[in-house]
Amino acid sequence: MIQLTVNGFEVQVPEGSTILEAAKAAEIKIPTLCKHPDLPPTAACGLCVVKVEGMPDLVRACSTPAQPGMQVETHDPEIVNVRRTLLELILSAHPNECLTCGRHGACELQELAKDFGIREEHFPSLRRELPRDDSTGCITLDPRKCIKCGRCLEMCQEQQDVWALSFMERGLNTRIAPAGDISLAESPCVHCGQCSAHCPVGAILEFDQTEAVWEALRDPTRHCVAQIAPSVRVSLGEAFGYEPGANLAGQLYHALRRMGFDTVFDTNFGADVTIMEEASELAERIRSAPEKLPLITTCCPSWVDFMEKFHADMIDHFSTCKSPHAILGTLTKTYYAEKEGIDPDSIFMVSIMPCTAKKYEITREASMYASGGQDVDISLTTRELTRMIRQTGIALENLNCLELPDSPLGEYSGAGVIFGVSGGVMESALRSAHYFLTGEDRAELEFEELRGLDGIKELTVNLGGHDLRVAVAHGLGHVEQVLERVRQAKLKGEPMPYDFIEVMACPGGCIGGGGQSWNVSNAVREQRAAGLLKEDRVQEVRTSYANPWIQQLYRDFLGEPLSEKARHLLHTRYQPRPEYLR
Amino acid sequence: MLSADTKPRRTSGVRADSGLLNALHALQAEHGYVPRQEAMALSRRLGVPLARIFEVLTFYSYFRLEEPGRITLSVCDGTSCHLQEGPVLLKAIQALLGIGAGEATPDGAYQLNVVRCLGCCSCSPVLMVDDKIYSQVDPADLPGILKKHPPTAPKEAN
Amino acid sequence: MPTPALKQTREAEQARQAGFVCRVFCCAGTACLSAEGQDVWEALCDARSTHRLDERVDLVRTGCMGLCSQGPLVRVEIAGAAPRLYGTVSPMLARLIITEHVTPALTRGDDFVLPEFLSSHALPDDLAFFTQQERVVLDRIDQADPERIQDALAHGAYSALADALECRPAELIEEIRTSGLRGRGGGGYPTGQKWANAAGTAAEQRFIICNGDEGDPGAYVDRSILEGDPHAVIEGMLLAGHAVGARRGYVYVRAEYELAVRRVSTAIKQAREQGILGDAVLGSPFRFDCEVITAAGAFVCGEETALIKSIEGQRGTPRPRPPYPSERGLWGCPTVISNVETLANLPRIIARGADWFRTIGTTDSPGTKVFSLAGRARLAGLLEVPMGTSLRTVIDTLGGGSKTGRPVCGVQIGGLSGGLIPAEQLDTTLSYEAMSELGSVVGSGGMIVLDEDDDLLDLACYFLQYAVEESCGRCAACRIGTHQLLNLATKIRQNGATDADLALIDRLAKTMQATSLCGLGKAAPRPLMSFLRNWPERIPRADTPDGGAA
Repeated sequence: MIQLTVNGFEVQVPEGSTILEAAKAAEIKIPTLCKHPDLPPTAACGLCVVKVEGMPDLVRACSTPAQPGMQVETHDPEIVNVRRTLLELILSAHPNECLTCGRHGACELQELAKDFGIREEHFPSLRRELPRDDSTGCITLDPRKCIKCGRCLEMCQEQQDVWALSFMERGLNTRIAPAGDISLAESPCVHCGQCSAHCPVGAILEFDQTEAVWEALRDPTRHCVAQIAPSVRVSLGEAFGYEPGANLAGQLYHALRRMGFDTVFDTNFGADVTIMEEASELAERIRSAPEKLPLITTCCPSWVDFMEKFHADMIDHFSTCKSPHAILGTLTKTYYAEKEGIDPDSIFMVSIMPCTAKKYEITREASMYASGGQDVDISLTTRELTRMIRQTGIALENLNCLELPDSPLGEYSGAGVIFGVSGGVMESALRSAHYFLTGEDRAELEFEELRGLDGIKELTVNLGGHDLRVAVAHGLGHVEQVLERVRQAKLKGEPMPYDFIEVMACPGGCIGGGGQSWNVSNAVREQRAAGLLKEDRVQEVRTSYANPWIQQLYRDFLGEPLSEKARHLLHTRYQPRPEYLR
Repeated sequence: MLSADTKPRRTSGVRADSGLLNALHALQAEHGYVPRQEAMALSRRLGVPLARIFEVLTFYSYFRLEEPGRITLSVCDGTSCHLQEGPVLLKAIQALLGIGAGEATPDGAYQLNVVRCLGCCSCSPVLMVDDKIYSQVDPADLPGILKKHPPTAPKEAN
Repeated sequence: MPTPALKQTREAEQARQAGFVCRVFCCAGTACLSAEGQDVWEALCDARSTHRLDERVDLVRTGCMGLCSQGPLVRVEIAGAAPRLYGTVSPMLARLIITEHVTPALTRGDDFVLPEFLSSHALPDDLAFFTQQERVVLDRIDQADPERIQDALAHGAYSALADALECRPAELIEEIRTSGLRGRGGGGYPTGQKWANAAGTAAEQRFIICNGDEGDPGAYVDRSILEGDPHAVIEGMLLAGHAVGARRGYVYVRAEYELAVRRVSTAIKQAREQGILGDAVLGSPFRFDCEVITAAGAFVCGEETALIKSIEGQRGTPRPRPPYPSERGLWGCPTVISNVETLANLPRIIARGADWFRTIGTTDSPGTKVFSLAGRARLAGLLEVPMGTSLRTVIDTLGGGSKTGRPVCGVQIGGLSGGLIPAEQLDTTLSYEAMSELGSVVGSGGMIVLDEDDDLLDLACYFLQYAVEESCGRCAACRIGTHQLLNLATKIRQNGATDADLALIDRLAKTMQATSLCGLGKAAPRPLMSFLRNWPERIPRADTPDGGAA
């Protein structure tokens, strides 16, 4: 431990801490626009400068290591004055359109301008016009608003290894854009939206589709159905003052009904179906097609996109099973429509997702129209739903926390719940695969080793005499490492290092999704994960195959897992996309 | 073209990225600018992301993404030249060729650039034509200098 | 010990040179080449063969001879006579030098008298520009052909390396530390300390980088050394490599310095052929090689962390320090990054000892400093003086004062990060400590003399414009601040200043100084601020009630 003083207060911090962290330990908040808890400092904004006794110049708190005996001053009038001037400079190059900005009220720059009481523009405007990029239909890039903090690049290039975004040119002309000013849709972008989740301002936002949803809700001929993803329920509350991880499933169902949805389902049920199919696929490959191992999960659309663009040699290893929300969309417009006698074409299916890539997924391939029409009409992010709830004037805290989703696609098992957290799909699949391989329930349902935020988690599990080597990777940068091991083994003709691999593009899985509430950090991810794991523990049914509604679905409609009907409705295909150059 | 012995992305700790600047110089020397297709081929060859290549291309003022004029006139704007008639020389060339700094004549014969100090500060003002430096240039000298660098025919498109 | 082969090469070349009764040196620096220098060289060659003097007269193309404003320069050395330096040599004059000076002098010997029309082109023997210099780094730049390693060897190149290979690395580090050599790139950090840091950081490999990205407008010290004595730089890198345990070096040179890139590349190739670079340096177990990286036009890459990123194939944006490159540099490995002039000092220190080096210059800034004198100076060019020489000595004594006849009103030194120093402060000495007291820097050696008619506010705007164009864009203070400061300076130049303008400039300058990540942004306000501080009477005032028009 290192001992130092910040503004006269003695603090102790672990070796390797920065001054910023030391100040935090002393309950002192140093302003910054570029440092994000997930990322190494880019040292771009300069707002965090502090004085250190004995040093001639001010230093950046975000990137200066704390030293024993250091005496740090963080807020004397001179420092505050410098910070205010710097903010004025940043504002002189930032559009003055807060009222019409998607980040209004949740913008880190706006917050600081407010705190510093900036009332006047002393510097003339250096704002410039640059075109907006909506080409992906998932993410809106507005480079005019960019303050060049570099967070999105750190995410896109270093953490996710996607390299869609880059800084072009230099000086005041520096701007974020895909390589050589192509559109984002032509770039390697896999729509994960981590850039938007880490942007401090409104330069990168989710592509807003709330208006189309309102339109459908206003249309009396439409039967509007909503489904909510597992991870949305533990993150949405943050925008309404709840702690991260607070499970608001009941309030959410209630709110969606208040907004005018005719039916409210739960994506968790779709997750149970996914497990039925995927675990059966795993059992089948173990028994009769071991050359197609490892099996790799495909619930994550960014990951699917990433694989098709840059790892197409892995296509044979992919589970062909669709993701839970796509399955629920198909089943709503087939099974449910048939059962209730509703014209599938009149159904308007909206999925509420933690994710910007789901907007891409719903039209990515012909199988996304398995019901005859588009299976999911619109996919909204958590942040868009937050706005819709506010527009409706609903006070979440007054809603019924015990509200339930509709049948027959609403009741879910604990296995469906944990899909929202890294390791959850694997854990759920292992619970069911054991049953499919042995015909018996597994006594031990939890796999502690597969939980938590380590980038790559590995485990060997014995399922009915088979020693199954599994890996869980989240954050695309980690995925590369796992795939490389598989690829090397193939090249050298060695045994495969794994039999089953779960991949989620976003750090932490869907709870850390690119469409989730802002201000994510590992602490927040842990709280959100805890919220989901807690719900799994209290569920009476914790395995997908034991969910009576699942059993009914297969009995009445699908037949067996991997039946012809199931393959037609619930599975998809992949194709290499070599035209994208990373 | 770049030699074929380009290293993979990592070799014993020394990464081939160190070759990126030199590789881009080689492309520019060959084409006069860095065409997008060539940048893409380089990305594949070196294993350097295309986004990184464009970050670098647009950061350094020396690299061009568009085809320049065939003969480059570089007017020095170092301190010494700036103080001693450099701006006058620039205006004279602009008037003579009818183009602005950073532009090429419509026939593609001449490219006019303003450059950083060429390090001939004791001979201001300085003009560089391709890689030939002329010192203490008076605007009246310009026609004579241009005569030494007559327009060349455009390269055949292939 | 040098290898026998190398020793042989050296002695053969010395013998060859001694075999000529007359040697004629022609400056092949960029400045002279730009002024018909190539034609002069060809005329000399032509005249020599016409007069069948090939056996008796050696023609040598050298690096920069220094007095660039009088170029092209030609020096005639005849055994037994004082050398003659000719200025402003035309091809015609070059022929006359052979026919009317060299030829008759060789036949008539002591009886020869230089004809009047030639002596008027010869520069005086006692020109203060030369006699007042102390040439350490430049000792062979005007003596040897930079494109022939034999010539460099004959003038002592790589003899310090041979000695150093007999020493333990720790002894070398100690020697340089004792010498007190400080980085000549501007920062003035002790080189020995840098070495000790790099050597003391555990690592599998280490690197040496030569920073030849001389970007300050008005400075061409490094270019001249790279062009004129590339082997001194390579030898410096080898010494540094041996001292810290590096096996690889990079010479990062500005793309505009086309001749320097070519000469260094040639020098590296020749050094490899002589076994000086490669798997067994001079036959020892020490392995070292280097390569040239051509920069691509970004001033900020002169900053060491930006330069490292540039070599790594990235945008040249600086990163915060610590960690310093000597701990974590190129590809995360300890890296010693030194500027050209610093490296060129090393062989001289190793050859003649730290104690000798400390006899030159001041206690805190030992050694010499090379400057490039330009602007309104009567005699302009490359010169080397001991640290501690006053600005006035350099400008008035060596440079001969102003060439315009108008009084010198000040001097701009240190380029973008330096300041404008007024005439009344010209007695300040050139040393790290004295310059920092003035709020300026010694910098990389650019020295622009200004006269009474020069528009200093325009000059300040020029530097700000430069900073605007060269800001990397990473940190807000520099990216936006340089623009806003230029806006304000332009505004007061056009409309005059109000008190509010001056207060805002002051606030902005302080913010840039405090919150910019690297030296470019921190120092960008300096030229403007030094103008405002030193020439208050020249600040145009706005004609408004609060403008306080004088």
